[in-house]
Amino acid sequence: MQSGLRHPTKNEQKYQSIAKRLQSRRRVQSEACQKMTETKTHIDPKLTAILQSVSDPEIPVLSIMDMGVVRSAEMQDGIAQVIITPTYSGCPAMDVIGDDIKKAFSEKGIPVQVELVLSPAWTTDWITPAGRQALEKYGIAAPLEAEADKEALLGDKKLVKCPQCGSMNTKMISQFGSTACKAFFQCQDCKEPFDYFKCLK
Amino acid sequence: MNHLVQYIYGIADNALILGQRLGELCGHGPSLETDIALTNISLDLFGQTRSYYQYAAKLKGGDATEDTVAFLRSEREYINVLLVEQPNTNFAYSIARQFLFDAFHLLLLEELQNSNDKTLAAIAKKSIKEVRYHLRFSSDWIKRLGDGTPESHQKIQEAIADLWVYTNELFEQTDADKAMVAQGTGADVTLLRDAYYTQVSQILEEATIAVPNPEYFQKGGKQGIHSEHMGYLLADMQYMQRAYPNMSW
Repeated sequence: MQSGLRHPTKNEQKYQSIAKRLQSRRRVQSEACQKMTETKTHIDPKLTAILQSVSDPEIPVLSIMDMGVVRSAEMQDGIAQVIITPTYSGCPAMDVIGDDIKKAFSEKGIPVQVELVLSPAWTTDWITPAGRQALEKYGIAAPLEAEADKEALLGDKKLVKCPQCGSMNTKMISQFGSTACKAFFQCQDCKEPFDYFKCLK
Repeated sequence: MNHLVQYIYGIADNALILGQRLGELCGHGPSLETDIALTNISLDLFGQTRSYYQYAAKLKGGDATEDTVAFLRSEREYINVLLVEQPNTNFAYSIARQFLFDAFHLLLLEELQNSNDKTLAAIAKKSIKEVRYHLRFSSDWIKRLGDGTPESHQKIQEAIADLWVYTNELFEQTDADKAMVAQGTGADVTLLRDAYYTQVSQILEEATIAVPNPEYFQKGGKQGIHSEHMGYLLADMQYMQRAYPNMSW
């Protein structure tokens, strides 16, 4: 079973195949992002305001539109068809978001159907610039790029900016914070603890 | 029984039972940070389980729902591997179990995302992002405990040695597995074995933990033959649905 250990050439082949697989995965992801951009244009402008008014229950300042979880919203035969995608599989906010969307539409007297889809999978890249600002203002550090994220979470590098005082002198306390999507940090200058929204790609 | 449904159970039962084990640590973790981390991982696993079971219930039809699949099967009908049902003997065991499973889980999902079944591929693609964090967390702790104090080293070494006998079962194939692999729907776990042991051994060596070389391996879970721990776990997990059928929050 561990014969692979003693045969470096086999390993090399394997790493090449892993590297190839990684490349193809990246390609799939970038295709997914493009698809998302296309989908975004499918949001009926008349419905944008209503969807904008629905916020993430765990981050009230952040609209679900800025969060990037609304994949499409269109009127079909007088019914608004809204498609959303979860941030994390087990995110308890998704059920609430679905309910809140229904409530927001029913207040405007528009019948609505909400559907949850898993593909393409959500990424933190879909958080809009306005969303990132809202996060920072709320006291949550916005996600870094994938490489920097890895270094901040594993390599002890000071890359995450304190959302309170702006200092870069911060330290990770825990890879998982108040929710699965966040890590827990502390600022070494102002001493305030804060959440960092982890990069998800 | 439908091979596809059985194949889905084979993947999802691992996530459910491991999620349940991790959930036991809610409020009981050795420190606040590890408590939160392990229960967050549990939450990810439950989320993934729900996606799989919702799909399986749809395929089964009739009165099946994600809840009946999760809560109303008997012990022999769960086909999770023995590894994930092993108890939280101490923190070292919880971390060792997590690490030995995460490394496999990521390899499996990387294959499953190429499935010709669109739903399974979508669930795999979604889950990979989460499981990558799980593996990062558990690998980090393996290194910390292995390369930590003499006591932490001794405990994690013991946990790895004890749980190692359950690793080979991860690469066993059931009839449903074989049927689904042949159809291009399932991931061939037999092809993941070398990569798994290479990766796991590398991290263990880095953590100064000796890679076990046991004389035998344990198996049975994938055929529904579980260890003595499973009954207690299910009694706890199924209690509410058994005592109050169809109850909901």
